[in-house]
Amino acid sequence: MDYTPHTEADLEEMLERVGAKDLRDLYRDLPQGIVDPPLKLEPAKTEAEMMRHLRTLAAKNASANAGFLGGGIRSHYVPAAVPALAARAEFLSAYTPYQPEASQGLLQAIFEYQTMISELTGLPVANASMYDGSSALAEGVLLALRESGKMRVAILKSVHPEYRRVVKTYLDAIGAELVTLESTADLIPAETGAVVAQNPDFLGSVHNFAAFAETAHATGALFVAVVDPVSLAVLKPPGEYGADVAVGEGQSLGNAMAFGGPHFGFMAVRADLVRQLPGRLVSETTDLDGKRGYILTLQAREQYIRRSKAKSNITTNAQLTALMGAVYLAGLGPKGLKEVATRSVAMAHALADKLTRIPGIELVTPEPFFNEFAVRLPKGVLEVRSALARKGIAAVTPVLAEYGENLALFACTEQHTEADLDNLAEALREVLR
Amino acid sequence: MNYPTDVRYTKSHEWVRLEDGLAVVGITDYAQDALGDVVFVELPVPGKKYGAGEAVAAVESVKTASDIYAPIAGEVVQVNPGLEEAPELLNQSPYAEGWIFKLRPDNPADLEALMDAAAYQAFAESQ
Amino acid sequence: MIAEKKETLIESPLIFEKSVPGRRGITPPKAPEVDLAALLGSDNLRAEPPKLPEVDELTLVRHYTNLSRRQMGVDTNFYPLGSCTMKYNPKMHEAAVGLFADLHPYQAPETVQGALQLMYELQQDLSEITGMAATTLQPAAGAHGELTGILIIRAYHASRGEHEQRRVVLVPDSAHGSNPATASMAGYTVKEIASGPDGEVDLQALKAELGPHVAAIMLTNPNTLGLFERRILEIAEAAHAVGAQLYYDGANLNAVMGMARPGDMGFDVVHLNLHKTFTVPHGGGGPGSGPVGVKAHLAPFLPAPQVVKNGETYALDYDLPHSIGQVKSFYGNFGALVRSYAYIKMLGAEGIKKSAALSVLNANYLKELLKGEGFRIPYDRTCMHEFVAQPPEGIRTLDVAKGLLEMGYHPPTVYFPLIVKEALMVEPTETESKETLEAFARVMGEVIRKDKEWLEGAPYTTPVRRLDEVQANRRPKLRWGE
Repeated sequence: MDYTPHTEADLEEMLERVGAKDLRDLYRDLPQGIVDPPLKLEPAKTEAEMMRHLRTLAAKNASANAGFLGGGIRSHYVPAAVPALAARAEFLSAYTPYQPEASQGLLQAIFEYQTMISELTGLPVANASMYDGSSALAEGVLLALRESGKMRVAILKSVHPEYRRVVKTYLDAIGAELVTLESTADLIPAETGAVVAQNPDFLGSVHNFAAFAETAHATGALFVAVVDPVSLAVLKPPGEYGADVAVGEGQSLGNAMAFGGPHFGFMAVRADLVRQLPGRLVSETTDLDGKRGYILTLQAREQYIRRSKAKSNITTNAQLTALMGAVYLAGLGPKGLKEVATRSVAMAHALADKLTRIPGIELVTPEPFFNEFAVRLPKGVLEVRSALARKGIAAVTPVLAEYGENLALFACTEQHTEADLDNLAEALREVLR
Repeated sequence: MNYPTDVRYTKSHEWVRLEDGLAVVGITDYAQDALGDVVFVELPVPGKKYGAGEAVAAVESVKTASDIYAPIAGEVVQVNPGLEEAPELLNQSPYAEGWIFKLRPDNPADLEALMDAAAYQAFAESQ
Repeated sequence: MIAEKKETLIESPLIFEKSVPGRRGITPPKAPEVDLAALLGSDNLRAEPPKLPEVDELTLVRHYTNLSRRQMGVDTNFYPLGSCTMKYNPKMHEAAVGLFADLHPYQAPETVQGALQLMYELQQDLSEITGMAATTLQPAAGAHGELTGILIIRAYHASRGEHEQRRVVLVPDSAHGSNPATASMAGYTVKEIASGPDGEVDLQALKAELGPHVAAIMLTNPNTLGLFERRILEIAEAAHAVGAQLYYDGANLNAVMGMARPGDMGFDVVHLNLHKTFTVPHGGGGPGSGPVGVKAHLAPFLPAPQVVKNGETYALDYDLPHSIGQVKSFYGNFGALVRSYAYIKMLGAEGIKKSAALSVLNANYLKELLKGEGFRIPYDRTCMHEFVAQPPEGIRTLDVAKGLLEMGYHPPTVYFPLIVKEALMVEPTETESKETLEAFARVMGEVIRKDKEWLEGAPYTTPVRRLDEVQANRRPKLRWGE
């Protein structure tokens, strides 16, 4: 099956008009040896057959909804209004709003989104979105190197290891150096252009990075903070502790976990860095009649104008998933978001309390921690994860050995109840027995 | 189109004028007209040295961005502070208030090699 | 522009302007009474809550529903945006994605076998369609795939001790801006190759630039003029003769999807835009997905992890010692992959080939119709999925675009490629009917026959009229309330 509307009569008339014998003839300019190769693909399926097949595949997966997995993605509740509104056909089937007169819906929604990210991060300018948290960090680091004119980056080990790997890939590309710091007490090397810290960090700890940011600035580097948007309902915004650039992953704002994507990354910066920003930006302006409207701006930063001198090659970003984030933030408001954050924190602390009463489990994340913490398990982490999965519980995020042996993360969200925590603790007790 | 005779011109549409031993650089009337409304000027940091033909600054209009090259070799000693707030000066007054930067020339005689008004006008009109 | 500013008329208030202190919308489960200062440290708490909107759920729903009505999409209007492949996105895909919403990337692999199987089969199918040996699904968009592909080439040259020597990437002057931007991001010097009079890469000019200093040539084929590069086999041979790699920008794959494979054309690396060719909705600018396929000699350098099949079990393989590393956290935009998987499996080989061929037929048919309406076609021969047109002398492309908006059509891509003045790049896609193309052509003809005053004032009845772009650039206002 396919989605083309052409009838036999259409084909005949159209082929004649364009002067082709048949469809194959449209490819007459190509080297003929390569045209119309045999393709080894399965026979076509109808929609009903395909849905049935997909359901079979889906049945081979176990839902992690309301589970305790973390490490950058968490099972927050996605309110029904979020996908219902963001996935309106007009938003879903549009592309980049190059024609503002036909794209005021998206442009205004992006302008509102930029405002929300600015409010959360305490920095005045946010762009329209990045692919995800990790690539937003990589781009934030590149921005800092452009601004500082330096080629070295210092990153705390407590930044998500996958983010560090992505940053390394981007830095290798331009021959810049990535130095990993064990802690904020480590010396920031000379000629460092960006210092990166995550708050709450990969193991869940909350930090006051004000002094560290000051040290970074004293060495001539920009301070780049990786932050969690839900936490910013209650935690001090990075703009208030010296971050020049704040980035993060937006999944927790109304986006399904979706096996790791698509979600969105966000980026906010100091006002004077606006022309260093990668990606789309929307500005308010007025039309010919004096009516307020919105338009893409500062496009001379972007690849389709600046080509090899562009700030980034980014083109398509993550507009629809960022829109989900905006609908979520608008729907919850400051009180709702604070409740989500507070309940997640409360549940995580209650869970840590319950788990550390199990013999052999030891809390590893230093206090204070937010909605996630690491413990050392007395048994192999992967084995425990599988054993819990067999009991229908999605928990135990494995932590790389560079952070310590046999560590696992547990994350809580507002979805959890006391009963969920007891259920997990009981199951874990059995598995470890 | 205005082609003043007290400045020298480059093929990349910069003009340069010697004032008190410094080379003042801007873009020509022809260039500002081709660019359209200038929205931003990326200015260099004073103290940096440039060879002739090296990109020193950049001028952005809504849909394009163009590099501004050093017409002759020298060190940037001053940039036009007015452009930060009012990039439109490049459109309104390209040869006076819209100057972009001043160079201390390595060799002021380098100016001789650039086009005079008549030569530039002929060049611009052939574009 | 600023001097005589009129009072601003507000027709569509911001969600912030609808906010009423104390009003609640979506209500999460109640948080227990806890002392956050004690749990998190009083130093670490913010003094003021973020100024997010406070609205009830119906206000929220009306706000975004009404915003969506100020937005054009493929589902509402013909949208022939060149190089973007705005084809119909099947509704069943949206239903399918929901089946996989609750999977966490760090779940035990035995609990995500269905998801991994889907990814594995999609890797296989995309490799088959592109004629490549292996495919990674990790990149999040086309430009991200480009970066991944160029880094793979860089790693390949480095593995042969040739990285220091190969510092140049060649890009035709008709290329998408993302190509030179990508090469720069990978630390390369970009050299532009002028197009020949036939709109194709000038083989002699290309050969003159080729040498042991060249790392790669990045090509789009069909190119951005919608023309197939007829000398592609010779280009590939010339590139390989000097040890350079040939990179395929998949933005225009729709024309040849299944009908001619980049691998068979001699390309070493290809990136795909699943949101163009393989029906992932464009979402107003993403999220997309940019898988990268490579020939066997480049497979060791693919990003980690790859999805592998061991017997009847699927797994994520991180043990790739020569990998360029990771370009995105987790495994790619999985939700996009589900849609493309469904698309490929439902079309099968015949449906894929037919769709490609009909995209070419639609473009050629529309090209003939527009010629009949008085548009100029600078490279007039059989085009592929798109073509470039120009309005008659004296009419600006910008005005044609704005006139089209007034008539209810999304304009084609304008002022691109850069090598054609006043370019209109038109890509109808295969999912549009003959009647739609005919109606569009008639309207295009009407627009260029409108008087100058009407054209320069258009559009009139859209949610806003032409906007002051200069003001937005000189004094950008990037958030509410500042």
